[in-house]
Amino acid sequence: MPGDEPVIHAEHLHKRYGRTVAVADVSLTVRRGEIVGVLGRNGAGKTTTVEMIGGLREPDGGTVRVLGLDPAGPAADRAALRERVGLQLQESALPLRITVREAVEEYACFYDDPADPDELLRELGLADKAGSQFRSLSGGQKQRLSIALALVGNPEIAVLDELTTGLDPQARRDTWDVIERVRRRGVTIVLVTHFMEEAERLCDRVVLVDAGRVVAEGTPAQVAALVGADQTLTFRPSAPVDPAGLGGLGSVGSVEVTPDGGVLVRGTGNVVQDVMVALAGAGVRPDELRVHRSTLEDAFVRLTAARGATDAVDASGVPDGGARPATTPSPTDRVEA
Amino acid sequence: MSATSPRVLARVTAVEGRLALREPSNVFFAVLFPAVLLAVLGLAMPWGSTPYSEEDPLLAQINGITGYTPVVLTLAVGTVALSVYPIAIATYRGTGVLRRLSTTPLPPSRLLVAQVLVNVAALLVAAVLALAVGMLVVDVSAPERPGVVLAAFLLAATSTFGVGSLIAARAPTAGAATGIGMTVYFVSLFFAGVWLPLPIMPEAVQQIAAWTPLGAGSQAMLDGWVGAAVPTRELLVMAGWTVVLVPLSARLFRWR
Repeated sequence: MPGDEPVIHAEHLHKRYGRTVAVADVSLTVRRGEIVGVLGRNGAGKTTTVEMIGGLREPDGGTVRVLGLDPAGPAADRAALRERVGLQLQESALPLRITVREAVEEYACFYDDPADPDELLRELGLADKAGSQFRSLSGGQKQRLSIALALVGNPEIAVLDELTTGLDPQARRDTWDVIERVRRRGVTIVLVTHFMEEAERLCDRVVLVDAGRVVAEGTPAQVAALVGADQTLTFRPSAPVDPAGLGGLGSVGSVEVTPDGGVLVRGTGNVVQDVMVALAGAGVRPDELRVHRSTLEDAFVRLTAARGATDAVDASGVPDGGARPATTPSPTDRVEA
Repeated sequence: MSATSPRVLARVTAVEGRLALREPSNVFFAVLFPAVLLAVLGLAMPWGSTPYSEEDPLLAQINGITGYTPVVLTLAVGTVALSVYPIAIATYRGTGVLRRLSTTPLPPSRLLVAQVLVNVAALLVAAVLALAVGMLVVDVSAPERPGVVLAAFLLAATSTFGVGSLIAARAPTAGAATGIGMTVYFVSLFFAGVWLPLPIMPEAVQQIAAWTPLGAGSQAMLDGWVGAAVPTRELLVMAGWTVVLVPLSARLFRWR
């Protein structure tokens, strides 16, 4: 259960490489026991952000505290953090000929209070690969070994960067199961990803970063709802319906009647049930009914697509009027009966 | 902190050692090749058993293969210090091994120390093996001044590891380290007299060679072998390279 105690607190982080601004202004808070996703397109500044949190890069501006310590601060702080924070980084390989067991046992001896290597390998499904060399592992096995190395010091926080990039769908799902088991051990997890399905499945909260700034933050459902009505119904009424009548329902945001007689209703909450009841009351049967729930992916595409477009989402998160952004997928993209 | 204890360094060194032994080409070139080269040359070359040089009274006392032994020892130094070691470190940098280590409590310098220990061990085995094969199989005579030979060998090793460390400090990938390392390796071996014995090279080349780590090493070991005067200048040159290059490469070292 996530507690209230913040274990990571970053304020106005800023980082430049030469004249390129990698991170313009990122603030985020992570509480103990949470899984927080840092989402964004390639080059949005996700990795630089977590590298500053992990103490691998010094911020040019802003402050960050991890477990009350400063990752860019005194050597004692940084040493303590390396003991208590596990990092799994992109593009960090191992010597080709090292075996899985050798790697985990070697890394275990770096820490004061390491996990039991055998138990860790069993938990990550690597027990039968313990004697295999790194070069002979599949992509998914390499990732699981990478997670094992990030966890072998029994960290309080694990930062996992682009965990499932390049994995096939089955390996990706296996990795997600691993993350859920890790969470049950009470480890706080910061997950950097550009897979929305991954974030929806795993994260308690997500922080959406674009062009080095936080553009949205909240639970996956909250962020998904930012792009507007969180549900859309389309149907072909068996008899003409009165748009104004449906529009009067509390949960309905807007009603459109398309030229070919179809009806498109956007709304929130119990909008599906409310519309069904109203239609039944009027003796109208909705044919070809489709319901689309807006997803995190819709929000992601909408919020990060055109740089200027992000301004169009106001604080309340409701986009202006009926103007449907071109980037929003058609309601049939994702269908729920 | 447990990560700074000698036990951890021993563990890391053991792992690096095992990994090195799993690379067959490294084992052959770093450990076995100097002995093989000395044996093959000694058995196959007619000049092996004739006096090394007719003109120099000291060099006339040793046979050709004995005169070539210091060259083979500098080759052993060069192979490990200019090729195997910097390529291993640059591979670790290029593939993110160093970066991953920098997220753990292990001071990353421990990996470097472990690598140097493993490579020095390989070099010592290679040198002992070459000497043993040389003296038992192809009639290499024992050095007149073993202390001078040993000092020259050790300083050749420290100064050349200094050059290798400079490459290891910055080469971004294994490919880059291979390119730079091999260039330096072949130039160094030329000055050490691998292809042409130093005494028959032009005076200008000999002068330059005396200022390079392996050229000075080769000359100083030869002096010790035949019992010439202590090669003070060569020993000082190698000590100078060591004193300059080791701290410089430590300062220039990059973890990513």
